[in-house]
Amino acid sequence: MAPALQTFGLDKRFGGIVAANDVSLHVEKGARHALIGPNGAGKTTLVNLLTGLLQPTSGRILLDGNEITHLKPHKRVKLGLTRTFQINQLFFELTPFETVALAVCEREGLGGTWWRLLASRRELVAEVVSILERFGLADVMEERTVTLPYGKQRLLEIALAIASQPSVLLLDEPAAGVPEDERQAILTIVAALPSDVTVLLIEHDMDLVFKFASFISVLVNGALFVQGTPEQIAGDSRVREVYLGEAAHA
Amino acid sequence: MLTILFDGIAYGMLLFVLACGLAVTLGLMNFVNLAHGAFAMAGGYCTVILVNRWGVPFFAALPLAFLVSALLGLILERSLYVHVYRKSHLDQVLFTIGLVFMSVAAVDYVMGSGQMFVRLPDWLQGQFNVFGIGVGRYRLLIIIVCGVLTLALQLILSRTRFGSRLRAAVDDTRVARGLGIRVDAVFAVTFAVGSGLAGLGGALGTEIVGLDPAFPLKFMIYFLIVVTVGGTTSITGPFLASLLLGIGDVAGKYYVPTLGAFVIYTIMIVVLIVRPQGLFSRGGVR
Amino acid sequence: MKSSAPNQLKGSFETRARWQPLEVLFWVAAFASYYFLPGKHLILTEIAILALFALSLDLILGYAGIVSLGHAAFFGFGAYVAGLLAKHQLVTEPLLALLLAGLAAMLLGFVTSFLVLRGSDLTRIMVTLGVALVLREIANRYAWLTGGADGLQGVSMDPLLGLFRFDMFGRTAHAYTLIVLFVLFLLARRIVNSPFGLSLQAIKGNALRAAAVGVAVNARLVAVYTMAAFYAGIAGALLTQTTAFASLDVFSFERSADLLLVLIIGGTGYLYGGLIGAIVFKLMQDYLSALTPQYWPFWIGLVLVVIVLVGRDRFSSWTLPLRRLAARLDWRAQLPRRSVGGGG
Repeated sequence: MAPALQTFGLDKRFGGIVAANDVSLHVEKGARHALIGPNGAGKTTLVNLLTGLLQPTSGRILLDGNEITHLKPHKRVKLGLTRTFQINQLFFELTPFETVALAVCEREGLGGTWWRLLASRRELVAEVVSILERFGLADVMEERTVTLPYGKQRLLEIALAIASQPSVLLLDEPAAGVPEDERQAILTIVAALPSDVTVLLIEHDMDLVFKFASFISVLVNGALFVQGTPEQIAGDSRVREVYLGEAAHA
Repeated sequence: MLTILFDGIAYGMLLFVLACGLAVTLGLMNFVNLAHGAFAMAGGYCTVILVNRWGVPFFAALPLAFLVSALLGLILERSLYVHVYRKSHLDQVLFTIGLVFMSVAAVDYVMGSGQMFVRLPDWLQGQFNVFGIGVGRYRLLIIIVCGVLTLALQLILSRTRFGSRLRAAVDDTRVARGLGIRVDAVFAVTFAVGSGLAGLGGALGTEIVGLDPAFPLKFMIYFLIVVTVGGTTSITGPFLASLLLGIGDVAGKYYVPTLGAFVIYTIMIVVLIVRPQGLFSRGGVR
Repeated sequence: MKSSAPNQLKGSFETRARWQPLEVLFWVAAFASYYFLPGKHLILTEIAILALFALSLDLILGYAGIVSLGHAAFFGFGAYVAGLLAKHQLVTEPLLALLLAGLAAMLLGFVTSFLVLRGSDLTRIMVTLGVALVLREIANRYAWLTGGADGLQGVSMDPLLGLFRFDMFGRTAHAYTLIVLFVLFLLARRIVNSPFGLSLQAIKGNALRAAAVGVAVNARLVAVYTMAAFYAGIAGALLTQTTAFASLDVFSFERSADLLLVLIIGGTGYLYGGLIGAIVFKLMQDYLSALTPQYWPFWIGLVLVVIVLVGRDRFSSWTLPLRRLAARLDWRAQLPRRSVGGGG
């Protein structure tokens, strides 16, 4: 069975800076795969390469065995690869309802239809509402996104990625910036993600990583440093050095 | 043909003096000043009044044109423009268009809508004959004056403290502020000087490109082309762009009269698509 | 769950897509003006044409976020095509000529759309300005075709549908323009309330995220730009057909600038901004031109400067009470919502 997501020798250079160094990553289907590493290790760069925001200098990316290396971002979404952003990227003037409806429409290939009113599709509206209810956003679904508290915005960020019914979901620090009392909602959602969705989680929060992940890859200076199960990683002194070394300089 | 080259260079250098203020303002403050031509117009009309009505010698009127336009720029910048810096580009465009409309109508009202002519000193009129090329005296003057100005600008930018502060502020305004550079003062002075140069250009240009109340509108696109093609990160970029434009326009109008004008428009559009940051700039889209 | 007035503004898709009573009132009044303001046919026709032109800009500016300073390019192109079709008797039925002119402008829009896909707002401003100026130059150079600075002379219009002559009081022109405006408005209204319209607003809000949700951003922008060009071309063609004349100023920078002002007065992004703005602008222009026939651009310039200094949003918020009133008058919005998924 082909891995859900694979890269072969993925390289990204900006002039003299090597942001990604020969990264060959394999994410198994249905995995709960975490990607960790010190600041500046290139985790978000890797996500940007995977989703098409950046073009690799060399290397290949395969989604479920299909080559997507040079596909535009929106095409990768159609093939089942979605992501969340570390800093919320939402549509401030739209409501959560409209935001999720957008994703559902695009998924159904209805995004370009201009002749039918959105309101006339009942099943679509029902699905949007159920997604919002699942994420605890039903009570604010008609408010402009810019008025929502950050925690709810973060939930919307994840809901948006889920609404596209991805086969592979890249979560970029889902709990980042969320106040303490709203974190639990995020963590519950992440834990409750459907098991047929492959999840690649970028995180700094080690509690979340060890609770959630079945496999961990450590990225240092743009290259894969070490990979293994949570027990292996926790016990690996090199990993501790990499993190401690950073803390010593901090 | 060499006459055309000569005329084109003169026209190009004039364009440079007119447009360099706009390039620096855009590069420095990321501000789209479509009213730049209004300052040029001010300098032109100032010279016309001084020379024609009050009998001031031409060469004395030129620095006065510079000063009047610079002063006008300084006043407007401190009182009005400063409120618009942080607004969106669309707002800046609307604001400056509003200023253009106001200045065009005001000048029309005060000075009438006819073409203006400056009474040039006799020895500036006519041509020399150098190796069979007709070298217009006035155009030669323009080349000399503009050449000197360009060199002076380049020296100021690279050799003086003000110049290095300006370059720092263009490169990264936030960091420059953090270093203690009084960026607001740099803005004000730069804007004033840029407007002054425009005024000087307007004064010099009266003889070559004409002067009437519609000047800011007619020349808006030329300034924009210089800035687009030349980029905003240096002096040499707009300089080369102006020369290219000047020669291209003069040659185009001579050799291919039916298409002459829109050769340059097409150049602008092509450059904008291929290299949005300008042909000669160091890179990075603003 | 209590919805406050601003939320009723946005509403769910259901309420927004339905016709608000105030909207109905607006159009009834518009059509009634034909009967109740009999001496004003000419200016009402001008208002309707300007409204259509502003509507076309709202589609790209208010809904897709594309800043254009050269929208007059499509207006002018449609104007000249319609004029030439009539003058050379190539297509004598006005309605058919109108459609062809619109399609011609649409084609021009399609061809130039790729210019506005890349680059910042500033780039778009300059590129669109450049395109409009190029067209003006072309019209100027090819004076043997366009009449150059003198304008396109000798345009004579056949009766509309073979039945309605373009009379000198402008009655036919008024009704014609109003009906065309209404039909195109209905179409635009449908489109902005569709999934396509939603994706445009998403692109305007955050193009990066829109792509990350699967929206084919460039394709949508090309589509809306093309459509806006069609609308603008129709507006230009209407001008030619109702005045039997076309001149270079259909491409002018002033026209594009005035159009921006119209849209700013009325507000963008809710379709009526262009219509309301057109009414206010034309009335203002009429009044100011009567005061100072030659120098009224001065006042327009002053208005622009003041609007920007005051703040565009603060300025166009005068239309908010209107919009709130519209929502409040809608009795259906007052009904308690049982469950949003069912019913409605």
